[in-house]
Amino acid sequence: MSGLAITIQLTLLSLFLASVLAIVMAFGRTYGRQPLPFFILIYEKIFRGIPLLVIFILVYFGLAQIGILIDAFTAAIIGLALHSTAYQIQIYRSAINSIPEGQVIAARSIGMSKLKAIRYILLPQMLRLSIPGWSNEFTIILKDTSIAIAIGVVELMRQGRYIIVREPQSALSILLVIALIYFIFVFSINRGLSFLEKKYHISGLEITNVR
Amino acid sequence: MPMLEVKNIHKSFGTIEVLKGITFSMEKEETKVIIGTSGTGKSTLLRCINQLDPPDKGEVWLDGEELTNPSTDINKIRQKIGFVFQDFNLFNHLTALRNVSIGLEKVKHMEKEQARERAMNELKRVGLEKQINQYPAQLSGGQKQRVGIARALAMDPDIILFDEPTSALDPELIGDVLDVMKSLAGNVAMLIVTHEMGFARNVANEIIFMEGGVIVEKGPPKQMFQNPTKQRTKEFLGRISTLYGEE
Repeated sequence: MSGLAITIQLTLLSLFLASVLAIVMAFGRTYGRQPLPFFILIYEKIFRGIPLLVIFILVYFGLAQIGILIDAFTAAIIGLALHSTAYQIQIYRSAINSIPEGQVIAARSIGMSKLKAIRYILLPQMLRLSIPGWSNEFTIILKDTSIAIAIGVVELMRQGRYIIVREPQSALSILLVIALIYFIFVFSINRGLSFLEKKYHISGLEITNVR
Repeated sequence: MPMLEVKNIHKSFGTIEVLKGITFSMEKEETKVIIGTSGTGKSTLLRCINQLDPPDKGEVWLDGEELTNPSTDINKIRQKIGFVFQDFNLFNHLTALRNVSIGLEKVKHMEKEQARERAMNELKRVGLEKQINQYPAQLSGGQKQRVGIARALAMDPDIILFDEPTSALDPELIGDVLDVMKSLAGNVAMLIVTHEMGFARNVANEIIFMEGGVIVEKGPPKQMFQNPTKQRTKEFLGRISTLYGEE
């Protein structure tokens, strides 16, 4: 069971970290002053261009080389978060861009600062619009945690391997159980998210019932 | 001293000079209507006044404060300048009531209850007491625009700028919005860009005719409609009246 706990911790912590970073960066890219958008763009290009495995190795062994020692679990969280942030920026950015600019202008016209307009007008709408893309990202992170094996984190998949080594004859059934655990986890969280999506839809703006 | 002073405003977008030196002033509670063909910079002028599009040259003064001065706290002054948009620009995720109260809460830092009450009164004033809990997507165009007007009014502005407030509306809905605006005349200063000549003639204290980025002629409605001095004004008003019919 401890493998599952590690997998869940890895997923939730890195997801949380990446979401916060990505939301800030998405607004930075859209509404920030140069050179901020440029730097965020560079970040995006780099971390979308490097395989997760390489990021893990760079964070874990690379940091160790320059004298920063962190344990594998922390390294995995940082790696997953850096990777996912680059992808999540796009989710939030497309949500921000789909909100008519006139609303920001209207917010400014009643005396809101840029930050207030973002906080009270854009953010609430942006979060609602991001739920579908974000639930995708959640499942991707959950399954990506299995790559943390590479730097020695004993998560669900690794623990499964330990059992397989002990009882090689039941390898297939053990792998199926692992797959089932992943599936149940993803399924239940996604159900929860689609519930959230319905609960916080904007009245009159939903696209349901048009078939 | 006039309440609003606009001095020699110039504004270019790229190589195109949209405003070529606009000067005029407004008194407290005065209503002025800006008319002119599309693309002559009327909307740009409004946006230059509240600095949504800061002018390249020239000054804007409101109540002795210079808005065009970069050290002015523009967010503070914008509370005194309402803006009503052609396409409403309501906040889609908020009910009509919250659309009006959010500025009171987050900008004027009013208590939630107090802001709610004030917003309710403003919505009553524009005839929407039954729609307070509806979202923008559930409102008709005319209702949306009246929420937009209530949102501007709630901030207690000295002046409200209207950028073609009825141009996006069906003809039968225009009347409701114009009635609300008529009821405001004399209570708050209004600077209105519109093609509604009947409204301009009946409500405005002064009409400003703009073309090609300059003010061609201005004067009281009676003089402008009956004996305009400039040939261009005559032509424009003649064309408008054959289009819309004399009132």
